[in-house]
Amino acid sequence: MERIKAIIIKEWREVFKNKFVLFTVSFLPLMITALPLVILYFAGSSDGFTGISTADLPPQFESLCGSLEGSDCMLYYIVTQFLLLFMMVPVIVPMTIASYSIVGEKTTRTLEPLLATPVTTVEILIGKGLAGVIPAVLTTWIGYLIYAAGAYIMVSNPAVVSKLFDPLWMIAIFLVGPLLSLMGVSISVMISSRVNDPRVAEQISGIFVLPVVGLFIGQMTGMLLVNETFILWLAAVLLVLDTVLFYFAIQVFQRETILSRWK
Amino acid sequence: MINNRPIIVTEKLTKSFGENVAVNQLTLSVQQGEVFGLLGPNGAGKTTTVRMLAALLVPSGGEAEVAGFKVGDEDQEIRRKIGLLPEAPGLYDSLSAEQNLAFFGSMYGVDNIAEQTQKYLELLGLWNRRYEPVGTFSKGMRQKLAIARALLHEPDVLFLDEPTSGLDPQASRLVREFIEDLKGEGRTIILTTHNLEEADRLCDRVAVISGHLLALDAPGELRRKIFGRKVVFHLQETNQGLIEALKRFPFVSDVQAVDNKILAAVENPEEQNPQIIRALVEGGGDVQFVGELRRRLEDVYLELMGAIEDDKYGKN
Repeated sequence: MERIKAIIIKEWREVFKNKFVLFTVSFLPLMITALPLVILYFAGSSDGFTGISTADLPPQFESLCGSLEGSDCMLYYIVTQFLLLFMMVPVIVPMTIASYSIVGEKTTRTLEPLLATPVTTVEILIGKGLAGVIPAVLTTWIGYLIYAAGAYIMVSNPAVVSKLFDPLWMIAIFLVGPLLSLMGVSISVMISSRVNDPRVAEQISGIFVLPVVGLFIGQMTGMLLVNETFILWLAAVLLVLDTVLFYFAIQVFQRETILSRWK
Repeated sequence: MINNRPIIVTEKLTKSFGENVAVNQLTLSVQQGEVFGLLGPNGAGKTTTVRMLAALLVPSGGEAEVAGFKVGDEDQEIRRKIGLLPEAPGLYDSLSAEQNLAFFGSMYGVDNIAEQTQKYLELLGLWNRRYEPVGTFSKGMRQKLAIARALLHEPDVLFLDEPTSGLDPQASRLVREFIEDLKGEGRTIILTTHNLEEADRLCDRVAVISGHLLALDAPGELRRKIFGRKVVFHLQETNQGLIEALKRFPFVSDVQAVDNKILAAVENPEEQNPQIIRALVEGGGDVQFVGELRRRLEDVYLELMGAIEDDKYGKN
């Protein structure tokens, strides 16, 4: 446990001393938190949708809105659109940290002395993984709380605001978020173990954000409705996926190959 | 300080990378407290050997034991017992000297990290720079910090891979003196170096390798084995009669006259020099000085490497 803690602290010291990396890591969460708040600000209140009745809305809205009707349902639908955007934060934020984690040690030639210590592969991967997951999850949670507080101020109907704290959002933010983050980190660390250039690691890792972007587009276009059932299924699938990915990350981390192929 | 118990034993140790055999059937043993040099040209397998013994690479064949633990089977135990200074110092530039050592102290499970950090930073003259980022350090300071890192957990065996490579003469000297101090403490040190003068000065024994073992002995013994012992007789002047007088001794060979000196290979100079000097004086020679021609380890090394080249190209 001491070694994992030391790796996490070391990673943070390295990452956050670099102002550019710090900016890169914090820019997206700030944008994702600010964007929906700006949209809500301009929507003002549900008055903007006055005259919309439940019958005018697509059928899938009904299952999402529950007791909310008409204009309130429309507003809540808009608010919910940003849920998946929030889900992108825990995937993207750790990518910069995790994709650099192993390949960075290769380029700075610190991997050899590190591997010469009694630290195990599992300890290295957990330490480096958590160094990415913890700030990503915390950023997501803080962003969500700011978003909820902003919505509370800007949306006049308390019933709409209270929906931001219903099980759908709670599961999404507090369970699916960390699981997505773990997935992103495992993939990034795996790529980082195999490549010799940090830029390649980051570019390849970036591809794995696309499924989350796909979910967001699916929901925006009405092809997909993010409700409690969907989120629970997503959590279950991610749990299995994370376990499998972590297992593969350990298999991919071949100490000898990493050392002997690196020049 | 050298103990008779071997702390490193290798038996036909081999490492291949695909078709390329980097280390071929290397058999050697290193005694506890010994400073052991691994010499050889680039690509001779020195770093690969060190990496295998440091449990970083798995041998392709043969066996090796370090500090009583078997390489490949008990790697975690070996890593606890050894300290490694790799070819590149491998330090975290954005972290301070103290943070670097604290991190590696945690990796080694050192209980008293703060004390050990202070001890080695003071010993290596870096204590006053402990809060500064390593990125601002000179090459010599980085190398010293990397040595401190390798010693932090008080390892039984210390592997130093090219410890003075790329350092200026002053920094090289400091590092060499520090290694001499460590030798005085009775630590086992495995030193790979291209600096043969350094190896000659620091090592109790050296192994010259080029994929496989070419020679293994104390530097002085290697000199004797390869070149014999040559004595130089400085005379007022030389003549053919004096040379012939020396050639009559059965224990003298390879007699040459250079200016006013006579060089001769003598089997046992301590016992046989008096007889030779008497013969020279009786033959009318005025002996001014007598000394032993000291061959450098570099001469031994070049002789061994030359033999390999000759073998390779089929020369006699």
